[in-house]
Amino acid sequence: MTVLVLLLKIIVVTGIVQLAVAYLILLERKIAAYVQDRIGPNRAGWHGILQPIADGVKFILKEDFVPQSADRALHALAPAIALVTATMGFAVVPFGPTDPSDPSKAQFVIAPGIDVGLLYIFAVSSLAVYAIVLGGWASNSKYSFLGGLRSAAQVISYEIPLGLSVLGVVLLARSLNLERIIDAQADRVWFVFYQPLGFLVFLVAAFAETNRAPFDLPECEQELVGGYHTEYSGMKFALFFLGEYTHIITVSFLTVILFFGGWDLPFWISREQTGFFAGLAKVLVLLVKAFAMIVFMMWVRWTLPRFRFDQLMRLAWKGLIPLGLANVVVTAALVHLARGFGLARGLQVALVVFWVIAFAMLGGLCLWAIRESRRRALLAKSL
Amino acid sequence: MKPDDPDVIWLEEPKLNLFERLYLPAIIDGLGVTGRHAVTKKMTRQYPDEPYQPADPLKYRGVHRLNRDEQGRVKCVACFLCATACPAHCIDIVAAEAPWPDREKYPEHFAIDELRCIYCGMCEEACPVDAIELTSFYDLTGLTREEMVFDKEKLLSVFDMTKDREPLRTAGFRLSQVPPEEKEEEEK
Repeated sequence: MTVLVLLLKIIVVTGIVQLAVAYLILLERKIAAYVQDRIGPNRAGWHGILQPIADGVKFILKEDFVPQSADRALHALAPAIALVTATMGFAVVPFGPTDPSDPSKAQFVIAPGIDVGLLYIFAVSSLAVYAIVLGGWASNSKYSFLGGLRSAAQVISYEIPLGLSVLGVVLLARSLNLERIIDAQADRVWFVFYQPLGFLVFLVAAFAETNRAPFDLPECEQELVGGYHTEYSGMKFALFFLGEYTHIITVSFLTVILFFGGWDLPFWISREQTGFFAGLAKVLVLLVKAFAMIVFMMWVRWTLPRFRFDQLMRLAWKGLIPLGLANVVVTAALVHLARGFGLARGLQVALVVFWVIAFAMLGGLCLWAIRESRRRALLAKSL
Repeated sequence: MKPDDPDVIWLEEPKLNLFERLYLPAIIDGLGVTGRHAVTKKMTRQYPDEPYQPADPLKYRGVHRLNRDEQGRVKCVACFLCATACPAHCIDIVAAEAPWPDREKYPEHFAIDELRCIYCGMCEEACPVDAIELTSFYDLTGLTREEMVFDKEKLLSVFDMTKDREPLRTAGFRLSQVPPEEKEEEEK
């Protein structure tokens, strides 16, 4: 019985993720178009809603060629690894409320009770580096090779800040289990307020991990023709694309779960509410938050210019890693103080107040800085 | 230019303070710009569904036409000025003695290859008798290359189709005639 339920969950989640990925490509094209003062695909169905299906048919019917002296086995293996590792990460993502004390209730996660959930996700998505490296190598072309190398170096470098930035969250929630992390946020405040620096580092590292602008040097067309997926066509290329967008979904879900409270809405939805409609509401809240994060990622893509490769590496090693380490040290000290002296409640409030003030100051400084830079630009223009 | 040229302005890069070097204010500013563009009016025109007419048909360079004069004869005198001026060498003329008493030559055969044409309008500028003009008709289609070589009958028929909608583009005087203002100055 449990095996059947498990299979059903796997099929539902994987199916929905694949469909979502196909429609994310349409969403990306639409957002890109709207930002550029035009409308995107609107010929295939109402406002382009059938465009992913048209794309799917196109990919399937395209001729699949392999470069002459390429390694055929690796050439076929690389996109498969990309898709599989990205999809495997969904095994521990909680889509809704979970209650470990009552196993008879429906658990909104494929594999409930994995106590190393976060570690599992990082481990599995790190395997995606193999897909990039093999894809670049197996294509037997210099563009693919360079693109693959650059991309692999980028992904590996940003794994470290990614891991460091969530250590603060793990310390606060006292668990690597994603469901427990959401519960900890539901009991208190969203972790983005406790860990704004951790959130920023995680955000930047997440953009870089998914090869997403402004870190998309390895795959942009101006630089390397197509990077590691230059020599791919038809379904294999589609699989690379699917793998990349699945990574985007995984990373958005992770951000929402780790920093924005998952299914938690502070005044309306809380942990105690169970039952069918509450569960549905929680799932909807999580999906809306993840969707907002995805739209944000696409919005940033069409705003920021690309990093040059050396700037990218310098940002990772000389910028994000020290910041991540500093964040871990400060958080650990504060958590230890809070628990050691038993001033749990008071320090929590102090922590929240401190970061809220910091946010407000940050906002004020931002506005001042924008005004200042405008003033300077005006000055320079008048010379 | 030498570095001390007075026309050269030397600018200092604005010094960024610590906060600006994080680029966070600039990023937020940029997100505002893109967000604003995402919600403002779009410029896309749904072309086949919304028909398009050029803003100024008299300036638009579309398909050619051969004009007729008041008596319905073709205006062209086969002087070959347009064929010589054409950068794409797409005009083919065969001249013959004109059957009318007031003209020496007329084009027995006049063909323009509309596919080679670059629609620059040099032929229209070169013509001394305002015989060839470019209309505002741009929706040119054909199924074969041969049918896109417009001969004299086709070009005259374009004129017949458009003579009511679009007037003659040029001022209406021939080179031999001096315009009225200059004539007065000469007589003074």
